[in-house]
Amino acid sequence: MRRVELGVWIAVAVILVGLSIPWFLWGTATVVAGLPVWVWWHVGWMVLASAVFRLFATRAWGIGIETGETSPASRGDTR
Amino acid sequence: MSLSLQLGIVVGYLVLALLVGLVAYRLTDRTAEDFYLASRTLGTVVLLFTTFATLLSAFTFFAGPNLAYHNGPEWILVMGVMDGIIFAILWYVVGYKQWLLGRQYDYVTLGEMLGDRFGSRTLRGLVAGISLLWLFPYVMLQQVGAGTALEALTDGAVSYAAGAGLVTAFMIVYVVLAGMRGIAWTDTLQGAFMLLVTWAATLWVLAAVGGPEVATAGLEEAAAEHLALGGGLYTPQWMVSTAITIGFGVAMFPQVNQRFFVAGSKTVFKRSFTLWPILCVLLFVPAFMLGAWARGLGIEAAVGENVLPLILAEYTPLWFAAVVVAGAMAAMMSSSDSMLLSGSSYFTRDLYRPFVEADLPARREDLLARAGVVVFAVAAYLASLVNPATLFELGDAAFSGFAQLALPVMVALYWRRTTRTGILVGVVASQAFYLSSLFVDAVPASYAGWTAGIVGMLLGLVLTVGVSAVTSPAADERRAIYFDGLRAD
Repeated sequence: MRRVELGVWIAVAVILVGLSIPWFLWGTATVVAGLPVWVWWHVGWMVLASAVFRLFATRAWGIGIETGETSPASRGDTR
Repeated sequence: MSLSLQLGIVVGYLVLALLVGLVAYRLTDRTAEDFYLASRTLGTVVLLFTTFATLLSAFTFFAGPNLAYHNGPEWILVMGVMDGIIFAILWYVVGYKQWLLGRQYDYVTLGEMLGDRFGSRTLRGLVAGISLLWLFPYVMLQQVGAGTALEALTDGAVSYAAGAGLVTAFMIVYVVLAGMRGIAWTDTLQGAFMLLVTWAATLWVLAAVGGPEVATAGLEEAAAEHLALGGGLYTPQWMVSTAITIGFGVAMFPQVNQRFFVAGSKTVFKRSFTLWPILCVLLFVPAFMLGAWARGLGIEAAVGENVLPLILAEYTPLWFAAVVVAGAMAAMMSSSDSMLLSGSSYFTRDLYRPFVEADLPARREDLLARAGVVVFAVAAYLASLVNPATLFELGDAAFSGFAQLALPVMVALYWRRTTRTGILVGVVASQAFYLSSLFVDAVPASYAGWTAGIVGMLLGLVLTVGVSAVTSPAADERRAIYFDGLRAD
């Protein structure tokens, strides 16, 4: 159902924002390959975010916004 | 010899930007919509880089590394979450909806979009007025940055006034000539240049000191606490407040918000959105690590002194420092040029046309728009010569000031029951509160570690929703237009 899907994507967005700073590493000073480990976490998280955005753009784009009769997922990109 | 080389690099760079603007001018229609929005035709690379270059100002280049130098590299995370994630999500939530509405109803500014929905000229003018209040000092700060950077680079041979004036003059010429298309193209050049220069600087310094392990070991010796996540300035409240207020503020900055209208297609929107976090992390990690490492490399920077030029002077040749200053000018110009254009469009469309001359012919609007750019730029330049304290403070607080607009606008975009009274109260009260926190001693700037910016945002949200719930919509509100029949094809 569209509402459930919207809820899932909102949860995904909250998680993406919430964990871009690795709060569970608070106070950690471990260095890996010349950078603090929490910088590496952040770099990896941003790459993951990009992958999630891609998934969103291909699977759910238009959700919560477009209100045409056909569902956005089933429609081609016409412009 | 070195002075002429440095000036040559900077001026050469300015001339190149001007040439790109001239090429764009040849493709420009003489209409206000083309001038402001390049007729809504931008492709992925140009949209991505123009947004990127517009978002990142001289601040990213200078203040960001300074912050990392004094407090540690956590700034990477704060900028990453605010620009890379929060802004990207708003790009969809606010931006995509605005883009669809803009195409359907020919909106050029945020104020126009809101004024039409709520049947309110007052709201339209208010949003434009508030935006100009925060925008003008911010433009001024960019000019202050350019003047200072050129003066420092040339050891005073180019005075502060001449440096800021030179940059202002170049910007006026290509913005007036080429409008959004020229800006978007020069931004693409400038954004790519910034990325390239940052990476070159970082790799150069790392090669000279023996790699990131050595640089980080040095930092551990000099300030071990900087390697631990958090501590000092970086409290969770501060990091979250800063990321939220700046992330939301950016989306309401006129020059960024107006970019929500310019995508050529839905595909362009999707691709830019997908690539966005990667682009951000590619710039932030090297730029701010360089500042953080400088601390361990024995670079002595006083508070208020820029770290980046110092570390470059230590490890790279003179000409390269000039290239980096050109990169910083690129960052500054690519933000300011767009601000001039947006400032002018807010003024002509949302203040001049509705309140002074309602039946302005299209051709005159186009001319007025260009005149607006000149007036705005010259006024900001003159202000930058004086750099009055009040304007400085406003410019410094601009992100939080714009952030106050974000939640009332989002409520209006997604909640059909929002009323004209509700949004007016939400906008006015949050602005009044935030301005008081800056200028009235009785209103504190911090609430248990949370900034006044974020408290003001909450106030705006609660008031917009609360007042809307207890008031009825005015007869001439168009409550359905944000919801019905909204689709990309």
